[in-house]
Parts: sequence; C-alpha cells; structure tokens
Amino acid sequence: MQITDIMAAQARYARCIDTDRLEAWPDFFTEDCSYRITTAENHRLGYAAGLMWADSRGMLEDRVAALREANIYERHSYRHVLGLPLMEEEGPEGLRSETPFLVARIMRDGATDLFATGRYLDLWRSDAAGAPKLAERIVVCDSSRIDTLLALPL
Amino acid sequence: MPDHNLPEATPFAGLTAPPEVPWPEGLTRVPYWVFQRDDVAALEQSHVFRGDTWNYLCLEAEIANPGDYRATTLGGVPILAVRDQDGEIYAFENRCVHRGALIALEDFGHAREFTCVYHAWSYDLQGNLKGIAFKDGINGQGGMPECFRMADHSPRKLRTAVVHGLVFASASDTVPPIEEYLGDEVMDRIGRVLAGREVEVIGRFTQELPNNWKLYVENVRDSYHASLLHLFFTTFELNKLSMKGGLIVSESGGNHVSYSAIDREAEAKAKAASDYAAQNIRSESDYRLKDPSVLEGQDEFGDGVTLQILSVFPGFVLQQIQNALAIRQVVPRGSGRTDLHWTYIGFKDDTPELRKMRLKQGNLVGPAGYVSMEDGCVGGFVQRGVVGASDRHAVLEMGGTDAKSTRTRATEASVRGFWKAYRQCTGL
Repeated sequence: MQITDIMAAQARYARCIDTDRLEAWPDFFTEDCSYRITTAENHRLGYAAGLMWADSRGMLEDRVAALREANIYERHSYRHVLGLPLMEEEGPEGLRSETPFLVARIMRDGATDLFATGRYLDLWRSDAAGAPKLAERIVVCDSSRIDTLLALPL
Repeated sequence: MPDHNLPEATPFAGLTAPPEVPWPEGLTRVPYWVFQRDDVAALEQSHVFRGDTWNYLCLEAEIANPGDYRATTLGGVPILAVRDQDGEIYAFENRCVHRGALIALEDFGHAREFTCVYHAWSYDLQGNLKGIAFKDGINGQGGMPECFRMADHSPRKLRTAVVHGLVFASASDTVPPIEEYLGDEVMDRIGRVLAGREVEVIGRFTQELPNNWKLYVENVRDSYHASLLHLFFTTFELNKLSMKGGLIVSESGGNHVSYSAIDREAEAKAKAASDYAAQNIRSESDYRLKDPSVLEGQDEFGDGVTLQILSVFPGFVLQQIQNALAIRQVVPRGSGRTDLHWTYIGFKDDTPELRKMRLKQGNLVGPAGYVSMEDGCVGGFVQRGVVGASDRHAVLEMGGTDAKSTRTRATEASVRGFWKAYRQCTGL
C-alpha cells in the first residue's frame, strides 16, 4: 500500500459520509473491523468506552440502519476536511496511519458549525483485490464535548 | 386603597420581575417561563443547587488515594473534592481567600497541598489556609498585619457524604442527612448496583444540551416517553411482552427510580402456551440487527432487571441499561444550555466478557446512544417550541395528579415529583 492509496481511500470515505451514502460506509471496513469514537482525554487515560463502539462490520451496518429507520434527530450533514496521513512502517498486522480531520456540521436550516476536530488512528489491510480496508479506526476527537448529539459517524 | 409600598405578598423575592403568569396550584401544570428566565436560573443556583439539596461531586474511586482531588462545580461555584491523609473526603470552595483566584486548575489531580498560583497562598487538603507568601514582609518591610489570623480565613467548606462510592456534597447546614434525603427505596436501588463494588471508570464524555437543565431532568424522570420517542427497540423488534416494571418516587418527590424487568412468570406461561410465537409483539418492521450480540447482556445483578434509571434531586442520575452503567451529572449553563457529564463505569472484578459487553452496550447510551440520542435534541425542541409562550404551560396529567410510586410506567408521576421538590426549594 502506498500513501496515495491511503489518501484516495480517505477521500472516498469522507465523500461517502458527506454525501449521505451511509449504506456504503461499512464497505470501507474489514469484516472483523474495530471502530470506535472517543476523545483525546479518554484515549490518553486508556479508557476503553466509546461514543460509538463496534467490533464487526455488522455493527456498523446496524448503526446505519438505526439512523435510517429508528433514531430521531434533526436533518444535518457533515463536511469532512482531512489532513495528510502520517504513515508508519507496514507491519505484520497491516499499515498504520494517523490522519487529522475537521468536521463541520450543517443543520437543516443552514447553520454551520465546527462540530469536531481530531485524528483518525487507522490500521489498514489490503483486501483480495489489493484495495486498502480499515481493520481498525479509532476516531480521537480533540474535545471531550459533543454538541447536542452524535448521529452520523465520523 | 392598596399600599404600593408593601412588598409583593407572592413569594417571588428572588426574581427581578413577577412571572408572566402565576404557577397554577397542584403538580399538573408547569409554566414555560420557568425554562426561559435568567432570574429563575440564578435563583436555582442559590436555592436549588446551593440550597437544601445534596449534589453529586464525583466517584470515590476517582479520588481513591490521599492527595487525589477532583475540581467540579456546585451551583456554579467552583468546588474541590479532596481525599486527605486521614482517608476522609473533604469539599471546599476552589477559590483563594486572598483575591479570589482558582486554587486548583486541573479537573483531576494529586497534591500534597494546594498553592494558589497568583500569590502562593497555600492550603492543606482539608481546605485550611496554611501559608501566606512574605507573610512577615521582606527585611522588616511590608507583610501582613500582626492581627491577621489565618484560621479566620479559609475557603467555605461543604458537608460531604459518601453513598456506595458516590460522593455528594451540600452547601446547606439544614439539609437532612443523605440517607433521609434519598429515602430507603432509592438508597436500596443505588446499593443494588454499587454496594460493595469497586468501581472503575471506563469513559467520560460531556454532552452540551441546547436547553434548560430542567427539560433534561424531566426527561430522565419521564417513563412515559421511553418507547414513544426511542424507537430502536421497537424497530428491530427487540421489545418483549413479558416485561414488568414500575416507578418509585421518593417522599420528597425529587428522587425517582424507573425500572423494568423480565417477568419470569409471564415468560414461563408464554413458553408453555402452544402459540408462543403469536405472543410476541408483531410490528410492521422487517428490520433485524446484523449483529445482535449487542443485546446479549448478562443478568449481572441476578434479578432480571434490564433497566433501572435512578435520579436524585436536583441533577444526579445513575443508569443501568442492561450492562451499560453510567453516572450522569446535570449542570445548568444559564437558562438555555446544559452540560451533561457522562461517566461510564464498570467494576474492577468484571470478567473480560462482561467488560466487553459494557463497551458494546455503550452504543445504547450517551450522545450517540441508540436509545438516548433523542434525549439530546428533544429538550431543544421544547426550548425552541415555547419561545413566545411564557404565559402558557405544560400539561402533566398522565397517570393522575399525584407524585407517588406506581406499578406502571405509563405515568408522569416522577416528573410531577420533580416539580414538587423544585417548588419546595425555590418557593416559586
């Protein structure tokens, strides 16, 4: 995997969420993936709980189904702006990278706010076709504060 | 001829102007102005949070060792909760008696003593002033006057009480002891989850709510809304007919427990019946969870209770939703905003399987929770909905007019209970 492969995957990931194609979002992950949204303070203290916490792609699909069918929240969208990924050496478990993000939240009435900043701590593995998939994504938000609610994934 | 020089006979001394409309008698009406006015918010800080109430500060486990401290607020006032060398927990105002600066700046920490950064006045772990920099001056010049006695100048101290590992404090000298304040039933229900357990924090998050704090604590006590607003369990056909539940409201009205449990008798009967399948709730939904392991929790307390939401007036919540345990602390930020502090907990002796289940079921709760994210926005819907309606009121008649314990959760009894305690505290 080259840095350009990771950057391309990140760009597709951001567009997938920002254009409301959430049904395709689990496809960025491996079957036995781990996905967690936490905060810098929790991460530093080693606290394992997450705002969202999944250890299978099925749980990500359930998250999307719940958002579509069950949960109630005001319509809104995100705009992800991603920084450059910092790549680590590729090891036996895969390739690790760290990518900073900014996410603005646009409410149905047009109100736009900076919703979250943070970094993705990722573990990438190639699928059968050689495409990078997320075996692990820990979303570490810089702030411990969440405004109103967290519905769409980061 | 009325004497206009006499003060108002109605008890609105704490407000800057009389309310838009009087508060109707009884517990079934709540005027919307109570969610909107800054003078009400100020009155609440002094009469509710700093009044005759017990307020949650932190977990005992968060200040486990002598010198450990937690900085928080009570009624807007900065407070330190500290464990001293004697093993006891003390709480005092986090404000230097010299010029008013904060004594401790971090939310959590460890100290042998506290020293104000401004002029280095220092305090022991019980909050006694112990040192003044250059007290005797320099080369015989300056310094504090002879008559200044440090013992007369200490930050205000608060009463503290520890209940099954929960640290509470009160700014009141007249509030009853915590056991009496909570009532036996609420004490027992706290003990059911926490008694004799070694708590471990597994996560901390703060949710900023776009509404008055009372709209959130009403929501917590509102057992009526649960299956109507939160559709997750219904959509995925996870509701069971064989559930029983109830509501406990403390004598004061202010504290409550809402619970539901598997009704083993009904379950056994249903199983015995040949048409067992027909007894399950049918819904229009075709949705099923891809990974239903999120709901394969353990009956860790051995009583079949899958949900217990417990509140203590004014702003404390203890939550058990299956194996997801959390403390919620409700902190007002003016009349229109609220900080909701979540502390997710487990126990030191959790098996790896149980701990993993807590993490997994963490998805049910918190700012992104399947059965709680709606609570983050619904208070805002009310806050925005009642703009311009300060002369109108909410209706709380579900399940009657009183604030008593009941076997059903289709009631607003504990919401009425909150207002009973609130009006008692504020005189509104």
